Amino acid sequence: MSADAAIAGSAGHLLDVRDLRVTYRSNNGPVPAVRGVDMHIAAGETLGIAGESGCGKSTMAMALLKLVAPETTVTGQILLDGADVLTMKPGELRAVRWTKASVIFQGAQHVLNPVRKIGHQIDEAIVLHNTGGQHDQATRVGDLLALVGLPRRRAQDYPHELSGGQKQRVMIAMALACDPLLIIADEPTTALDVMVQAQILRLLTEIKHERGLSMLFITHDLSVLSSIADRLAVMYAGKIVEEGPAKGLLRGSHHPYTKALSAAFPTIGDPASRFAPSGLKGDPPDPSSLPTGCSFHPRCPVVTDACAAIDIQLKAPTADATWRAACVHVGGAA
Amino acid sequence: MNPLLTIEDIHVTYPPRRRGGGVSRAVDGVDLEVRAGEIVALVGESGCGKTTLARAVLGLQSTSAGTVRFDGSPIPTDAGGRKAFRRQAQLVFQDPSGSLNPRQSIYEIVAEGLRIHGINDGEPARVAEALSRCGLRPPERYFLRYPHELSGGQRQRVVIAGAMVLEPRLLVADEPVSSLDASVRGEILDLLLGLARHHQMGILVITHDLGLAWNIADRIAVMYLGRIVEVGRTEDLLADPRHPYTRALLSVVPEHRSLDEQILVGEAPDPTEIPTGCRFHPRCPVMHSNQAEHLGIFDRCRLVDPGLKSVANGSEGHQAACHAVEIRS
Amino acid sequence: MTTPTIAGPSNGPPLKTPRQVTRARRLLAARRMWAQLRSDRAGFIGLIVFGLFVVMALAAPLIADVSELRADAGRGRPNLAPPSREFLLGTDGIGRDVLAQLVWGARVSLYIGLLATFVAVVIGSVIGLISGYAKGRVGSLLLAVDDFFLVIPFLPLAIVLAAILGRSPNVLAVVIGVTSWAGSARLVRAQVLTLSQRGYVERSRALGSRGRHVVTRHVLPGVAPLIIANATLIVPAAILTESTLAFLGFGDRNSPSWGKMLGDAQDAAAITQNAWWYFLPPGLCIIGVVLAFTVFGRALEQIFNPKLGGR
Repeated sequence: MSADAAIAGSAGHLLDVRDLRVTYRSNNGPVPAVRGVDMHIAAGETLGIAGESGCGKSTMAMALLKLVAPETTVTGQILLDGADVLTMKPGELRAVRWTKASVIFQGAQHVLNPVRKIGHQIDEAIVLHNTGGQHDQATRVGDLLALVGLPRRRAQDYPHELSGGQKQRVMIAMALACDPLLIIADEPTTALDVMVQAQILRLLTEIKHERGLSMLFITHDLSVLSSIADRLAVMYAGKIVEEGPAKGLLRGSHHPYTKALSAAFPTIGDPASRFAPSGLKGDPPDPSSLPTGCSFHPRCPVVTDACAAIDIQLKAPTADATWRAACVHVGGAA
Repeated sequence: MNPLLTIEDIHVTYPPRRRGGGVSRAVDGVDLEVRAGEIVALVGESGCGKTTLARAVLGLQSTSAGTVRFDGSPIPTDAGGRKAFRRQAQLVFQDPSGSLNPRQSIYEIVAEGLRIHGINDGEPARVAEALSRCGLRPPERYFLRYPHELSGGQRQRVVIAGAMVLEPRLLVADEPVSSLDASVRGEILDLLLGLARHHQMGILVITHDLGLAWNIADRIAVMYLGRIVEVGRTEDLLADPRHPYTRALLSVVPEHRSLDEQILVGEAPDPTEIPTGCRFHPRCPVMHSNQAEHLGIFDRCRLVDPGLKSVANGSEGHQAACHAVEIRS
Repeated sequence: MTTPTIAGPSNGPPLKTPRQVTRARRLLAARRMWAQLRSDRAGFIGLIVFGLFVVMALAAPLIADVSELRADAGRGRPNLAPPSREFLLGTDGIGRDVLAQLVWGARVSLYIGLLATFVAVVIGSVIGLISGYAKGRVGSLLLAVDDFFLVIPFLPLAIVLAAILGRSPNVLAVVIGVTSWAGSARLVRAQVLTLSQRGYVERSRALGSRGRHVVTRHVLPGVAPLIIANATLIVPAAILTESTLAFLGFGDRNSPSWGKMLGDAQDAAAITQNAWWYFLPPGLCIIGVVLAFTVFGRALEQIFNPKLGGR
């Protein structure tokens, strides 16, 4: 890690992650799912993380609150509001979960308990953390539902009485129950139709601005991030391969993987992509047997001889650049 | 020349799920054509009936009214004729993992169609040819593999190879890339494009993704609640969408900035309770913004079902089902 | 994804005909299964123990004379004599060799256990397959029959049937089989229902296949492992049922099974006289076979259906 990043890290970032590594166990030995991630989120900022299945984005997000399977090792530093999540005792950890940072999980239908009223399920988080007096809990649940655009009486409904979009709204209400500072949204719109996805994205954007929340938004669809994220980070094989301001990165990216990822979702009306679907050869790598050197090199359209040998670290092309990428083609050379 | 596939006023209904429930009109009068060598994208949200329509086209779902013509003649209803038709028209599924039997080797999966249709000559050669045409080369390396040993993209290639081995003339692909990783989609779409261009196959792609349609489709049909509400050449329809539903769909595509974002309220209603008049009117921005009243069609939208009509000043074949589009012309 | 090539033209002879491909695949599958079974220690030991019992049953004529089973065989010998050089497991209440009864009893117990299982599995699979595949009236009728056999207490039913139909080993096996198929029919039906929802069945239909092809190519191969695994769990239950019936006196008087030996030992007051050599060996044999087959069955179930999650 560079010196200036360390200084920036101590200066008022809500979340500061340094050299995060997550390794889980499988029958075939340890699997490095996250391999050294540095990132930070300022108060009120939204960081978007994009990547494909198996790139470690969800594992990383869950590791931020130490929501990992037993026997999974998490190393590095996760400073959440100044305190390191990884050195916390179980009791402290429970207190931090939901009051400091909460999670909107993917697949609402699997997360909601089918036999309990949704009001109770939202209530649960409030009761567990004992925030606010007990008398106004019903009001609080109603307020939360209203906040996410659902009628207050929906508290009396069971999950199966709601549509997919409404369930996702309930998930958001649950995440907001304890007034967290940071929301970790793990593919919150993936299973939804385009129109409902747009509704949810708009809702999240509104709530975020209204409450000054920070957000970590994880998705496989780079284009979704354009409307919601301030900064973007693209992950591949457990590492961030490019990061920078969202607008700039979507307009012109620098890492060949980011380019391929954004081309996979074509701009409608762009003659270049008409009758020319673009993708990469091969498949995303298996985390248990990663290629040597730059793990992207077997699929890279601009691979050089050096790529199989050296694993390039994230670097900025110039001292004052706002973006960084992990590619030999970045920063003068080639 | 006859179109390869002609769908004429197809209706599919499902009986009520519960006592007292309504009949579900999943497909409610659809007309559509697919020509040889042409890719048509059928676009809509989940529950709009697009998958039911696909199954009905292939005779996997019985229809309550209407005709499906293949090569100009209605698809046969007798067992033998139906089987012969199945050889010509194949289906590619959304979830490649589920549509491959985990106990069968890739060879057996691809050869299954040949065995069903009693094609015995040169089976290994045909299987190898189909696999390599779908980009699995050298094909022999895959013969003894099992589906779980392949990646998602490779599995979808196996599914397509299993369809291709019968040398069909029509392919119906139901969300062929929605379960695949973004970087893998391109290859599969390229494969479909090649099949249409080089083998004169007619392809009907079912999708919710307008970007996919822009990538490969010659024409687009937009479906809403069991009915096609707008159809036209891809360039015309995406550059100049007329139906308010198409406009809304297009406006919420991220990064698409030519239209003001227009998020519809609510979710697609239940096909057991299709609204009167224009089926889109309860969610229609034209109704909500008083434009309908202004144009003097408020009651017409609520009471009269608009049919698909050619749009004014549009290109050939561009049709929309909307009173407002009609009156403005 | 990088997966190792398992076998094929690259490291074997080139495959020319479809039959060769199929054979190669079957060989591979069999090898893989065998390797999996070998790695499951308990299951493998179970298989060996069961194999030893089968050898003992088959080798009965070599170990002991069949004439020892006759009621008058023990005339002139001491009753309930402890193990000696002459009678390794002592004598029973009427002076006969216990070892001879034990090895010949293995034949009867295993024969009835396996035959009963065969009967139960055939009835269970056929009814399960039909009730899962046929919708409508046939399906619900078969389901009702299945429910009936599932809830009815099987021991009284078996006793009644044995009393009516007679007591030869074959009849006993059928009686036990008829009372224990309901569970496997349920299992098969559930599996058939799941399988028919699978994408590959739909795909097969789209390719142009009809009912028979779907059943023989997709449903049966999917159900078969379950049927086999389930059968290995019925065997011990059937052996126990046979022992219970024989112990209670509903067995065949002329062919000694382990259960009958226990019943006789009870009648001869072997326990109060501390003649452990009489009641312990058949008891241990029953426990041994049942245990061996159960762990073997569990191992098979693991192999065929890894989703059960082994713990």
